[in-house]
Amino acid sequence: MLRTRLIPVLLLKNGILVRSRGFSFHQSTGNHIYQVKRFSEWKADEIIYLDISRSSSHSMNINKSVIGSTSSNMHKADDNEIDMVQIIKNISKVCRVPLTVGGRVKSLEDIRYRLAAGADKVAINSQAIDNPNFIAKSAKEFGSQCIVVSIDVKKDNNTWKVYKEFGKVNTNMDIDEWAVKTEELGAGEILIQSIDRDGSGSGYDLELINHITSIVQIPVIALGGVGNFDHLVDGYKANNAIALAAANIFHFTEQSVLNAKKHLDTQGINIRI
Amino acid sequence: MKVCIINYNLGNLTSVYNSVEALGVDVCISNNLEIINKSSHLILPGVGSFENGMDNLKQLNLIDILNHEVVENNKPILGICLGMHLFASFGYENKLNNGLGWIKGNVRKLNNKKSERLPHIGWNDISAKRDSILVNNITESLVFYFVHSYQFIPEDESVITGTCDYAGGFASMIESKNIFATQFHPEKSHDVGSMLINNFLYKSTSHVEN
Repeated sequence: MLRTRLIPVLLLKNGILVRSRGFSFHQSTGNHIYQVKRFSEWKADEIIYLDISRSSSHSMNINKSVIGSTSSNMHKADDNEIDMVQIIKNISKVCRVPLTVGGRVKSLEDIRYRLAAGADKVAINSQAIDNPNFIAKSAKEFGSQCIVVSIDVKKDNNTWKVYKEFGKVNTNMDIDEWAVKTEELGAGEILIQSIDRDGSGSGYDLELINHITSIVQIPVIALGGVGNFDHLVDGYKANNAIALAAANIFHFTEQSVLNAKKHLDTQGINIRI
Repeated sequence: MKVCIINYNLGNLTSVYNSVEALGVDVCISNNLEIINKSSHLILPGVGSFENGMDNLKQLNLIDILNHEVVENNKPILGICLGMHLFASFGYENKLNNGLGWIKGNVRKLNNKKSERLPHIGWNDISAKRDSILVNNITESLVFYFVHSYQFIPEDESVITGTCDYAGGFASMIESKNIFATQFHPEKSHDVGSMLINNFLYKSTSHVEN
């Protein structure tokens, strides 16, 4: 039987791993390779790596000291892009489960570099909104299975609106319209992120989980709000087709992912341990 | 031992490379005919569409050398996901396409129930036949990572050495002489996936000689 997926998410800002609150406050959490290796050993079912750097011209000096020297054989890429690709190369060596990489994926070349560096899937967000056909093109070129469309939503007057640019810009697009469209265009999965719940620790938006899983047929991953292991159980109960992702809760504690899985197991949820 | 991962510009070649390299084996990613010829084991990975897969193999002039090495020289080959599908006679994704035709059969879309999502993504259990080389002596639970919407339906069911209970059931492993294939991704299936790749590398040849 298909097991419920538990997916730790790592947030990368200007080369540093961070935790996030309300899409705005960020705090450093440590070393990439070490974190990915531990998550992989702790039976994470997949790992999602989101680059949330906003500027394209920041200094990457701190990053270089963490990950070693940058590659010189990548062409047509700025320094940050080279660093991102180099980070993927480093972490993919120790990541023995599927690795999804998101953030600043703007072109087919961006996808190609990330996959070639060792990513298994890419998450696309703002670029898909600005140019929906990018989803279709990417799916045709690389296959739907590696195209995850990441959708950030915020509740406005009781309806979920789609936001872009890291939750800064309200597109005024309705979530139903956009989710169905991404599926039609060839997305393999949807990563649904609640901006309201990000870093709140108050649990997933269960209504949102149930709503989005009922309007699309492709797999959906939920992110945002998990503050304790029971919140993961709640997410599953909202709709058992959902894949459970969380970021902050998996940092700072030893065996976090494994302990979360043990908890889900004791609640009768079919999970890989 | 020298493993060559066939580079036909599709899919997560680096992931496959990392998983083989971690076993301490001499491995490369290549589409150079001489390197393919001199390798002891071949791996045909791949994610993407059947049509693109065959087109790329043709454009890189890989079909003749692969036929030669696999069919005439009986070199062990492991096909993963799309790589597995390309071993079939025909694929029906978008339109009818010829495959490599090493194992008679067709590739068709999964026949999913409404409650079963496509693509089939995630960790699922497989049931394996006792004589499977690939999962030989693996005592851990046989749970592997899948990501696909299509399935290989072989004409001769005896080549199926593993099944998976999703969308009415499909072939998750195929083994026929020197030809091995998995619908799931052993390179992304943690310890149990490494064990399977290890079995392919160390148990496939003795099998052929027997």
